[in-house]
Amino acid sequence: MSVDQATVRRVAHLARIAVTEEEVVHLQGELNAILAFVDELAEVDVTGVEPMTSVTPMTLPLRADVVTDGFYPERVLANAPVTEDGFFAVPKVVE
Amino acid sequence: MSELTRLTLTAAREGLAQGHFSATELTQAYLDAIEPAGDLNAFVLTTPEKALDMAKASDARLASGEAGPLEGIPLGVKDNYAVDGVRTTAGSNILKHFVPQYESTVTANLWRDGAVMLGKLNQDEFAMGSSTETSAFGATVNPWRREGSSQPLVPGGSSGGSAAAVAAHLCAGAAGTDTGGSIRQPAAFTGTVGIKPTYGRCSRWGIIAYASSLDQAGPIARSVNDAALLLRSMAGHDPKDSTSAKLPVPDYQQAVGASVKGMRIGIPREYRVDGMSDEIAALWDEGAQWLRDAGAEVVEISLPHSKYALPAYYIVALAEASSNLARYDGVRYGERVPGRDIIEMYEKTRASGFGAEVRRRIMIGTYVLSAGYYDAYYVRAQKVRTLIKRDFENAFAAGVDAVLAPATPSPAFGIGEKSGADPVEMYLQDVFTVTLNMAGLPGIAVPAGLSGEGLPLGLQLIGRPFGEEALFSLGQVIEEAAGRFPCPEDWWR
Repeated sequence: MSVDQATVRRVAHLARIAVTEEEVVHLQGELNAILAFVDELAEVDVTGVEPMTSVTPMTLPLRADVVTDGFYPERVLANAPVTEDGFFAVPKVVE
Repeated sequence: MSELTRLTLTAAREGLAQGHFSATELTQAYLDAIEPAGDLNAFVLTTPEKALDMAKASDARLASGEAGPLEGIPLGVKDNYAVDGVRTTAGSNILKHFVPQYESTVTANLWRDGAVMLGKLNQDEFAMGSSTETSAFGATVNPWRREGSSQPLVPGGSSGGSAAAVAAHLCAGAAGTDTGGSIRQPAAFTGTVGIKPTYGRCSRWGIIAYASSLDQAGPIARSVNDAALLLRSMAGHDPKDSTSAKLPVPDYQQAVGASVKGMRIGIPREYRVDGMSDEIAALWDEGAQWLRDAGAEVVEISLPHSKYALPAYYIVALAEASSNLARYDGVRYGERVPGRDIIEMYEKTRASGFGAEVRRRIMIGTYVLSAGYYDAYYVRAQKVRTLIKRDFENAFAAGVDAVLAPATPSPAFGIGEKSGADPVEMYLQDVFTVTLNMAGLPGIAVPAGLSGEGLPLGLQLIGRPFGEEALFSLGQVIEEAAGRFPCPEDWWR
C-alpha cells in the first residue's frame, strides 16, 4: 500500500502535527518507503493465528480501590505551560 | 583517565569496601573525567552537587557498615528515566524544560542500593533511533575511532550516550532502555556489555514510554559481572507497573563464572542474512567455538519467521508510539506553541516540539491504526509476533537453553552516513536485536572482537523467559575467551 499527499495531510491532522506543503512531499516519500518495507508481512500465512496481546502469560493484577497518592496540586501543575487558579489552562474550547 | 575511573564497577566496589578510596574520591574522579569530555556529547546534564551529596552519604554508610550493594558507585542515567527534580527530556525539545516531580522505580532502586548519580545521558529522541543522532542535543560521538582515522562515528542508539559514557570511563555503569536493540546495539558499537532483560523483569514506571509492550530497562557496563551487579539492583516487582513480574530477583553475580557445561546453544540459520560481512560471520563461528570449548553443545536451529520481525516491529512499535506520544499536547507539561484554537495549538506544539524522525514515526503509527488499515497492518503484525515468539518456544522446547547470534550487522558507522533520505536503512541496524523484544525474551550483547578497522564487534546471547542467569554465565565465557575491549585512546581529553 502507498499513500498519496491527501492521505499524508489527513494522517498529519489525525496525529495533530502541523505540516507545510513542502513537508508533505518529503513525508509522502518517507512514509511510502516504510510502508513498502512492512508490506513484506502480507506474504506470511497467519490463518488461525491469534494476535499477541501480551508477551508474558499473565493476568492483569487487581489492587484495592483506595486512594494511595495525591494532595499536592502544586507538584501536579509544576510543569504546566499555563495554569490559572490551580487548573491547567487551555484556549477556549466551548463557544 | 585517572586510576580510579579505570576500575570496573566490580573492582571499584571492592576498593570502596576495603577503604582504599572513598565514594567522594571516586565520584570526583568521574566528575573530573566528564568535564573535558564535551566533544563526546555523552551527558546532556551533569548533577555534580547531587553526586557529591550522594557520595558523602555513601561514605557515611560505608563507614557505619550499612553499605548497599552499589554503595558509592557513580552511574549515569539515560535521559528517559524520570529523576525527581532533575530535568528529564528523553532527548526531545518538547520536554526541554520538563522537571519530573517523581522518581522512576528503576532509578529509585539504584539509589536505594547506594549508587551515586552523575547526570543524564544522551539518547535518540524518545529512544527512536539507532545512532543517537536524532537527539535534540545533537549527536553523541563514539569514543572509538577507526584505526588511523579521526572521522567521528556514532555510538549506536538509542542508548548511545550511556554506551559512550561507559566506554569512555565517564561513569562506572549506566542505565539504558531497549525497545528494539537500544541497549545491545550501542553496547556492541562501543565494546561494552549491555543486557535487555525479560519483559517485566524491570519496572517501566517513570520511564518515558516509546512502545510499552517492547520497552525494557537494563544496564550498560564494562564487564559481564558489572552488568550482573547493576541488573540485580534495577530489577524487581513494582505494583506501579502492572506488567512487572512478581518474581524474586536472583543474585545474578552467582551466575557469572558458573559452568555452562551441557548447555545447548542454538545457532539460527535464518540469521545468516545476505550481505553479512565475513568478519561478523567469522566472529559468530568463533563465539560458537568458545562456548563449545567451555562444554556447551552447539546446534543449528531454525527460527523461520525471523525475517518478518523487523517489519512487524515497525508496525507494533510505531502504533504504540503514536498512542503513547499523544500525551504531548502542550497542556499538562512540555512546551506549548499558541494557536487560534486548541486544535491549532496542538498541531503547532507537536510540529515544533518533535523532531523529524519522531513526527515520521507518529504518523506511520497513526496511519496503521486508522480506520480501514488496522486489521491489515496492526492485527497482522501482532499475529506475526505470535509466530515469532512461537519459533523461540519451539527451540526452547527442543532443549535449547540459549541462542547465539551477532549483535549487529556491522561495526559503528560514521555520523551522517545512514541518516539520508531512506529511513529504512537505519532501521536495518536492529535486524538481530529486534526479534527478542517482539518475543519478550532477554538478550545480552558482549564484546567479542575487533573489526579489520579496529572497531569493536559484539555477540548476542538470547535466553529463555527470565533466563538471565544463563546469559550471564555464557556471556562470561565469551568475555574470558575474547578478553575485554577498553577504548584504546582518550582523544577527547
